Amino acid sequence: MADATINATPVTTEPRLARGLLIGGTMALIAVLLFAPLIAVFAEALRDGWAASLDALAAPDARSAIRLTLIVAAIAVPLNAVFGIAAAWAITKFDFRGKAFLITLIDLPFSVSPVVAGLALVLLFGANSSLGGWLVAHDLKIVFAFPGIVLATMFVTFPFVARELIPVMIEQGRAEEEAALTLGASGWRAFFTVTLPNIRWALLYGVLLCNARAMGEFGAVAVISGKIRGETTTMPIMIEMFYNEYLSVAAFSLAGVLALLALVTLTLKSLLEWRHADVLAATRRH
Amino acid sequence: MRASILRSPSPLPGFGLSFGIMVAILSIVVLLPIGALLGRGLMIGPGDLWDMVNSRRIWSALTLSFRAALVASLFNLVFGLVLAWVLVRYRFWGRRLVDAAVDLPFALPTAVAGIALTALYAPNGVFGQALAPLGIKVAYTELGIWMALIFIGLPFVVRTVQPVIEELDREVEEVSATLGARRAYTLRRVVLPTLAPAALTGFALALARSVGEYGSVIFIAGNIPNLTEIAPLLIVIRLEEYNYDAAAAIGIAMLLISFAMLLAINLIQIWSRRRIGLV
Repeated sequence: MADATINATPVTTEPRLARGLLIGGTMALIAVLLFAPLIAVFAEALRDGWAASLDALAAPDARSAIRLTLIVAAIAVPLNAVFGIAAAWAITKFDFRGKAFLITLIDLPFSVSPVVAGLALVLLFGANSSLGGWLVAHDLKIVFAFPGIVLATMFVTFPFVARELIPVMIEQGRAEEEAALTLGASGWRAFFTVTLPNIRWALLYGVLLCNARAMGEFGAVAVISGKIRGETTTMPIMIEMFYNEYLSVAAFSLAGVLALLALVTLTLKSLLEWRHADVLAATRRH
Repeated sequence: MRASILRSPSPLPGFGLSFGIMVAILSIVVLLPIGALLGRGLMIGPGDLWDMVNSRRIWSALTLSFRAALVASLFNLVFGLVLAWVLVRYRFWGRRLVDAAVDLPFALPTAVAGIALTALYAPNGVFGQALAPLGIKVAYTELGIWMALIFIGLPFVVRTVQPVIEELDREVEEVSATLGARRAYTLRRVVLPTLAPAALTGFALALARSVGEYGSVIFIAGNIPNLTEIAPLLIVIRLEEYNYDAAAAIGIAMLLISFAMLLAINLIQIWSRRRIGLV
């Protein structure tokens, strides 16, 4: 990033007053639109003091919600990473027909409402579909149960890893892997010693965004989980329950934990962008 | 490895494995569920489907979702362009912090954003109390839905436009100035047309996201039927009544809107690639 103001001539920037007004105006709006809600979460969580907030987090409902959210993310995020790597390998290392259409399909979940995603999963796996009937007969529960939550989480976070990896791997080409094979490496060896080190920062970046969304997903999980307290209530669902029961401190304390997670995610993301701008540059252009 | 008419030969291994994993997960997680939703629609039949969607409550919900998304995305289009310009072109204290914070709506769970905005704009909230003397009610009105959608859609335009501004050639602006154009004229006639494709892409992405948004909206909306009830909430209500056909009907209507917008995004991107070979 070139420092723009240094080589700016007076004719390629705005008058001083206009610049001041633009900076002041946008920063004021950012404070109201972005920072105020974030501060509100912590202010409401700590309304009755630290002790009340920590007590609320230690209650069984909150603890089981935190545990469930962690387990769901621990399954959904690695699965999406495997998918992302496989998709990026197939799409960037080979030429086949229908590739553009395939990429559109991978991006599809970004433009589908999370509630519609949950609905679609309920219709496929629910008890009144043919597949659902078979599942019930074999005592496999997906809807209103843990597997459904994982599937819903995977749906909404689907494109994250693949989208980060594909542009990076297109830019890096195929020559290095081909050289490794010529020198006698196996396909797996070429992947682990050549490809993976090249894409690791982009992979981490994608996993980071995927994880943030996975732990915070609400709409799709709300539909498919059935909201069975203590069993299928993830953190966002539990926040809604506490909030509707006027347990404000409990709701905002749990929300505060997720807000802290969001802040950690943003910090790591910014660090990655500053340190590895060269590798991630390909992604930011898309 | 054997190549076929569908695939050009490549010396690299693993096509079968990687393609297989990709298609298997894509099918189970995305394609089969979407197929089940569309299949349900076919079973109901277009006539009955239309009858189910054609009620005042559903039309109000669908138009509200679309209208609010449009308003919020238009705001974000203008604000996003200005913010991206300020972040790239000016140097000021706190710039990097704000640049990183722009992604907050991507990282903050929607339910958290929803209750936070409600706490701020409710009649007893900080902003709610400040706006009450002016006669402005935000929470539990359509205005509240706009605020929630502005929040979640904020990063899209900024993030699509920023890289384009970074790569702008300043000499073009100099030439424009040398030829006697005022700064405002240069911005409007030289800079803005270059940014337009990226800005439109960001706008379309924000719109697609906002139309289907649920978590951040339901807390602040008040959810009054025909007034502040969004379409995704109506799906949830129908599902809670175990009325799967009615839920599917609304879901299909929303899916068609999503497909239309996806098509629009792709067309914008093809158009912009032809125009400037970037984005």
